[in-house]
Amino acid sequence: MNKKLQALVGAGALALSTMAMSAAQAADTIKVGVLHSLSGTMAISETTLKDTVLMLVDDLNKNGGLLGKQVEAVVVDPASDWPLFAEKARELIEKDQVSVVFGCWTSVSRKSVLPVFEELNSMLFYPVQYEGEESSRNVFYTGAAPNQQAIPAVDYLMSEDGGGAERIVLLGTDYVYPRTTNKILRSYLNGKGIADADIMENYTPFGHSDWQSIVADVKAFASAGKKTAVVSTINGDANVPFYKELANQGIKAEDIPVVAFSVGEEELAGIDTAPLVGHLAAWNYFQSVESDANSAFIKKWHAFIGDEKRVTNDPMEATYIGFNMWKQAVEQAGTTDVDAVRQAMYGQEVANLTGGTAVMNTNHHLSKPVLIGEVQDDGQFDIVWETEGTVVGDAWSDFLPESAKLTADWTYPWVCGNCEKPMY
Amino acid sequence: MRKGIFSVLRRSPFAVCTARNMAARMMGVVACVVMLATVAPDMAQAFSDEELRNIAEQLDDNSATKKVAVIEKMAADGDPRVAPILKAMLDGDLYVRDSDEHVVIATKKGKVFTHIDIVSGEVAGESSSKELSKIKVNNRLRGALRDALATLNLFSPDINVRTAAVEQIMDARDPAMLPLLLRAIEREEDETLLARMQLAEATMALAAGETTDERLAAIAVLASETTPQIRAVLSQFVASAEAEGYQPEVVEAAKDALSSVERRLSTWQTVGDVYRGISLGSVLLLAAVGLAITFGVMGVINMAHGEMIMIGAYTTFVVQQALAPFLPSGSAWSLAISVPAAFLVAGAVGVVIERCVIRFLYGRPLETLLATWGVSLALQQAIRSIFGATNQQVTAPDFMSGAIEFSTGLVLTYNRLWIILFSVIVVAGIAGVLRYTAFGLQMRAVTQNRRMAGSVGIRTGYVDALTFGLGSGIAGIAGVALSQISNVSPNLGQTYIIDSFMVVVFGGVGNLWGTVLGAFSLGIVNKFLEPVAGAVLAKIFVLIALILFIQKRPKGLFALKGRAVEA
Repeated sequence: MNKKLQALVGAGALALSTMAMSAAQAADTIKVGVLHSLSGTMAISETTLKDTVLMLVDDLNKNGGLLGKQVEAVVVDPASDWPLFAEKARELIEKDQVSVVFGCWTSVSRKSVLPVFEELNSMLFYPVQYEGEESSRNVFYTGAAPNQQAIPAVDYLMSEDGGGAERIVLLGTDYVYPRTTNKILRSYLNGKGIADADIMENYTPFGHSDWQSIVADVKAFASAGKKTAVVSTINGDANVPFYKELANQGIKAEDIPVVAFSVGEEELAGIDTAPLVGHLAAWNYFQSVESDANSAFIKKWHAFIGDEKRVTNDPMEATYIGFNMWKQAVEQAGTTDVDAVRQAMYGQEVANLTGGTAVMNTNHHLSKPVLIGEVQDDGQFDIVWETEGTVVGDAWSDFLPESAKLTADWTYPWVCGNCEKPMY
Repeated sequence: MRKGIFSVLRRSPFAVCTARNMAARMMGVVACVVMLATVAPDMAQAFSDEELRNIAEQLDDNSATKKVAVIEKMAADGDPRVAPILKAMLDGDLYVRDSDEHVVIATKKGKVFTHIDIVSGEVAGESSSKELSKIKVNNRLRGALRDALATLNLFSPDINVRTAAVEQIMDARDPAMLPLLLRAIEREEDETLLARMQLAEATMALAAGETTDERLAAIAVLASETTPQIRAVLSQFVASAEAEGYQPEVVEAAKDALSSVERRLSTWQTVGDVYRGISLGSVLLLAAVGLAITFGVMGVINMAHGEMIMIGAYTTFVVQQALAPFLPSGSAWSLAISVPAAFLVAGAVGVVIERCVIRFLYGRPLETLLATWGVSLALQQAIRSIFGATNQQVTAPDFMSGAIEFSTGLVLTYNRLWIILFSVIVVAGIAGVLRYTAFGLQMRAVTQNRRMAGSVGIRTGYVDALTFGLGSGIAGIAGVALSQISNVSPNLGQTYIIDSFMVVVFGGVGNLWGTVLGAFSLGIVNKFLEPVAGAVLAKIFVLIALILFIQKRPKGLFALKGRAVEA
């Protein structure tokens, strides 16, 4: 008993001293970690998000900082190397003592850093649409869950305005996000009366560049007389050759529309979009949305990056929302302490760039509106459909039997990310 | 929704009176009497100016359903002024002018939009984009617009327009289009087009046919065709025939027809697979042929080979940007200039790498591998720092866009065709240099016996540098071609490096023809496996097969014989 008490006192003293140390460090600045790949395959997408965080930090400092202190961004380069993400995350939290980390793009990088954030009880803001089936106490997911992107997109394809698709082709890159999303979609489509014979599923490696056969297969699949649509979870570099092949083989959007979940303004920047007009993308944000907040954001971005041609995209908005929510939560909590900020995060509201407000729910996912846009010949999207109001991000899909019964809720009495029953 | 358009179209007198199908016949009696009494002049201006303006204004509506109804109404009476309006709407060029709420067709030139009046077809002012609001279309409307245009265009004086219209009708296969099609058949004079029209008629007549004879006749017409559409028509018919218990002979005939169509289509499928294999092979060949020189001839395990391809692609981008102000868009000149430019830039980089790094490492393959790998990372990051991490857009010249489409479903895209041709030219060029030039002779001499070559007075170091430069320069040329089908990003080279090594090792180190054969056979095998096994498994199978092959023949398809292969 006595020994236990001693240990407790010792631990308390240690905790106090570390707190004092971090307080001493924090006296000058508040540190914010940026964990995005600046080299390797993912640099193409992630560099933009690094710049977005830097812009937001810059902006915050110009307006007097946070809690009366300047904010300092600590940028590291995990180089598209998944294990390196975990190392760099540890470095940010332990060595640089950052209060919060903004980072990751691919699901595999997020899975790689997850144990680090949980072990060291730090906080990660993850700004990219993903497959769901996860809710960590230490991660806030500001991108879309499948029910905020995939399900509405398929609903639109099957609606009269979307062309009334009866056959669906699921094309994806071979890794966890497309596979899980397509599993959810297949189960959802079966529930809507589309038989397995009317669903074609195909996976390709990362960076796949020869799409001739697959596009020809899609054409053959679509020639069966039923209206066919393609749902694409193709990621990264493979998209440009895919869309070039679509255009060259003369697949028109009104014949076989392609709706993509990973193609935004940034990805289209490398393609001549004139032959692709009418193909679709589902996101929570498009650059073409007309609102005062959005035009201010675009203007700020152009000024910061010094290039009028650079586009904005959905993960940038997710970063913007996440950063501002964190800022508000810190102000409300009056400290950057992770546990206090986490409590303050729930119910935090930030105005979307597209209008309306995003709300942080207790499952660590956002409520956001869902938009479907059509590719235009200038590489922008024209919004053809949007949800009325916002959709609550669902950590565990209702369309997979094993995950439908799980609940994520980090407030009393649940306090759990994947439970069938409340903890208390 | 499509039916709606054509039920209105049946009002045309000629169509109804000659219509063979049942539904039309029923209406026909009434309609013929009414319409023949008024005998509207064929395809005349059915709307007054005011009516046309009013109806076009109704296109500006938020509901797609209402817009479709308006499109149907506009197309119904065959007014010749309607087609350009619908075409503009399909292209996204139809706007409402804010000043007077008039619908105008606006074409963009720079930042200025020129307005064209929809009634008169004449220029009616110009403005910036701010004063116009676009009439939005979605995919459903595009479908409706295309169908409507097809029926309007069926009587166009331009045969190409008519042909396109018939193809569209064949795709749509709406029985309600039949009366109009029959009317067009009676007027058509062109033999080929007439045959297409009759085929289109048969596809619809099959579903609409009432008697065994009608059905058998339609099946007979269809059985001789080889298109995916016909297969779909027949398989749908077989399904419904079995479900509704048609005459056994009809079901039999349809099944026979279906299987013969399917047989012929599968032959075409094979032709398509071979073509796609050759096309993939030509890309592999282009990527690998430079490596066949640096690795194959010189024995340098050059991990930076992919980055030479990337440099070639970026050169293409820079040349295109630099020439953009002087050339019209879609011009082939920037690409033509890029080829020598990419050769020089990548070749120069290659020479620098050889002189600064590789020449100190000859005979030490492991160190060469690591050093060139380091060089490749450095080059990638350099490009990333200069141009940014995002993709750069290299626009395709006009002659490389689009495709030759066969009705059998085979599509030969122009960019792939040109790349096949280009790869052949490049290989022929290299073979020529190696065979017929003094440099080629020296190069072969150095490869075969370095010491002896040195003894007879060849500057081997100089030849090494130039050979490495040649290999790199050719990789640069490959980059020009690959910029047309792939990303122009710092990672471009990584995509091709493994494949390139596979081709060279498979073909036999040091043998150009081995590389050619290796590239095409890997391409074709890959494309035959892909539909069966999927892209991921196909790659794995090819890799395993290659490993087994190398076990059996360590020197690849064609091994150099004699004393040549000394270390």
